[in-house]
Amino acid sequence: MADTIIETKALTKRYGGLTAVDDLNLTVRQGEVFGLLGPNGAGKTTTTLMLLGLTEPTGGTASISGVDCTRNPIQVKRFVGYLPDNMGFYPDMTGRQNLRMTGAMNGLSGDYLEARIDELVARVGMTEAVDRRAGTYSKGMKQRLGIADILIKDPDVLIMDEPTNGIDPEGMHELMALIRELAEKDGKTILISSHQLHQIQQICDRVGIFVKGKLVACGEIGELGKQLEQESGFRLEVGAEPGGKALAEALRGVEGVSSVEESGENFLVQSAADVSDAVARALLTRNFHLTYLRQCGSDLDEIYSRYFVKAGEQHEGSRSGSIFRHLRGEAKA
Amino acid sequence: MKAAAAAASSAISGAKPRRETGGFSTLYHKELADHFHSARFKLVFALLILTSLASLYGALSSISDATFTSSEYLFLAIYTASGSSIPSFASFLAYLAPLAGLAMGFDAINRERTQGTLTRLVSQPIHRDAVINAKFLAGTTVVFIMIFFVGIMVGGLGLAILGIPPVGEELLRIFSYLALTAVYTALWLGVSILCSTLCKHAATSALIVIAVWIYLTLFASMVASIIANIAYPLDGIQGYYNMYGNYELQLSLERTSPYYLYCEAATTLLNPNVRTIGITTQASVSGALASYLSFDQSLLLVWPHLTVMLALTMAAFTVSYIAFMRQEIRA
Repeated sequence: MADTIIETKALTKRYGGLTAVDDLNLTVRQGEVFGLLGPNGAGKTTTTLMLLGLTEPTGGTASISGVDCTRNPIQVKRFVGYLPDNMGFYPDMTGRQNLRMTGAMNGLSGDYLEARIDELVARVGMTEAVDRRAGTYSKGMKQRLGIADILIKDPDVLIMDEPTNGIDPEGMHELMALIRELAEKDGKTILISSHQLHQIQQICDRVGIFVKGKLVACGEIGELGKQLEQESGFRLEVGAEPGGKALAEALRGVEGVSSVEESGENFLVQSAADVSDAVARALLTRNFHLTYLRQCGSDLDEIYSRYFVKAGEQHEGSRSGSIFRHLRGEAKA
Repeated sequence: MKAAAAAASSAISGAKPRRETGGFSTLYHKELADHFHSARFKLVFALLILTSLASLYGALSSISDATFTSSEYLFLAIYTASGSSIPSFASFLAYLAPLAGLAMGFDAINRERTQGTLTRLVSQPIHRDAVINAKFLAGTTVVFIMIFFVGIMVGGLGLAILGIPPVGEELLRIFSYLALTAVYTALWLGVSILCSTLCKHAATSALIVIAVWIYLTLFASMVASIIANIAYPLDGIQGYYNMYGNYELQLSLERTSPYYLYCEAATTLLNPNVRTIGITTQASVSGALASYLSFDQSLLLVWPHLTVMLALTMAAFTVSYIAFMRQEIRA
């Protein structure tokens, strides 16, 4: 088991009557990429700010590498790099001057600093642009320079707030590769907060799903899928020729299937156990031509839609409600 | 504690050449460089230089006039004499120096905020107050440089043209006058930084500080006299009895404006003829020798003014410091 590096205990932040972060218990292990997922306004940014000691929590504690983030923010900021949502640079200074200033604030100077700037700029692919004024940079370039900027102090932990906002697909791909590389090659611990699940799925080891200030689920993506399956049973999406009522009848006849719903051209099959083999066999013996068979629930899309799209309406629909109560209890435990 | 922190950081950073407390000096240098490169600084500085040259021209033409009643302190007249309908250097500076202070500070904090650089600064291992300290001190440095530059420039040119060297006392008076002006400007710098901390937009804070400046410079005295006239009407027989109260009330109201305080102090410093400020009765003057006031006595006279001005500057800075430290840093 790897060491815990980021730890929050009962972390709470209230703004007047509004609870932005509610009793958050989170652990991030050394060297992993952790994705903090949630819709806008779920309290992700507030959490990252509290981890950096930029906002004082109303209750609870946060620590990184055993250093209390609220009491010792300066020490924390020595080994934590923070990439905010809208990273800004002084527009009248060149990229290099901006980086040099960050280096100086971290107590670096001289040849070491210059060499480090060159190395990092090459790494994020900004070598040509670094001597231009930062005011001329595009959003993607700023983001890349931002990553170079937070790496100057050679942090152990990187906290990135919506790093993929407003970046084109090409840039996104490079950014994801860079983040993955930082975790794997350099052994950095990375906490990414985002509402864009697809990128998170590509690069995160574990995710925490954050809704209205509460962590409703936390774990590996596969693990979350399994949790859902156990809770609500398996769901198969089946398509076959000829479709229609005959197919629905045939599906209902398979042992273990609890319900069959029509969804578009395909059918959604609900069951307590994995029945995909049985479904395939049954359809083949009845001379259906199987065109589509997919197990739902194991990808992030499904997790996403179940956890946080329905979060606002958790009291409607008894099934999703029960998942919530169950998981929330677990997250608190 | 510090040592422990340093040990921890060096354990993390390995062999990197690290030194402590890079925050304030880095930011101070950056702020100074920003000021010197900014078009705003160049504009304000050019304005100050041009107006002081104009006032010098006016002063010289009126000094060389045969009707000029010269005092013993001719060199000081370069700063106080007005001529050819051009105001004196002192009155020009009283109007324009605050503007310089305002221009240096009205967007100090909120620009960092809108640029998104503030989050970057505060996520570095520096104390948060280093940001605002550096801004205030860099601004004050620039203000001192500007004020002393134009003051010495006018004195130097005046010396070359007039050919009468200043005596030691005059130099003392001039330098203390310039220092007073710089403190007065720093007060406005503090006020504008305060506004930049409290207002989200640079335009809002610029409007507010300019409104405050215009009010205190132009309208405060009108308001003071209106209030004094309401409280102590000067009409009729009763008016004679009210005169003293009226004047006293008006004076105390006017002295709430730093502009008035500054003008009183500047006049006293630059003009050894000024023996008292405020109300003087016939009785207190009787028996006094008609002579100039020595420098230390003049200084003594304006010491409260200087103290109040420094206190106001400190107050403005302290409020903006506290506001800044308590503010949420949000991207």
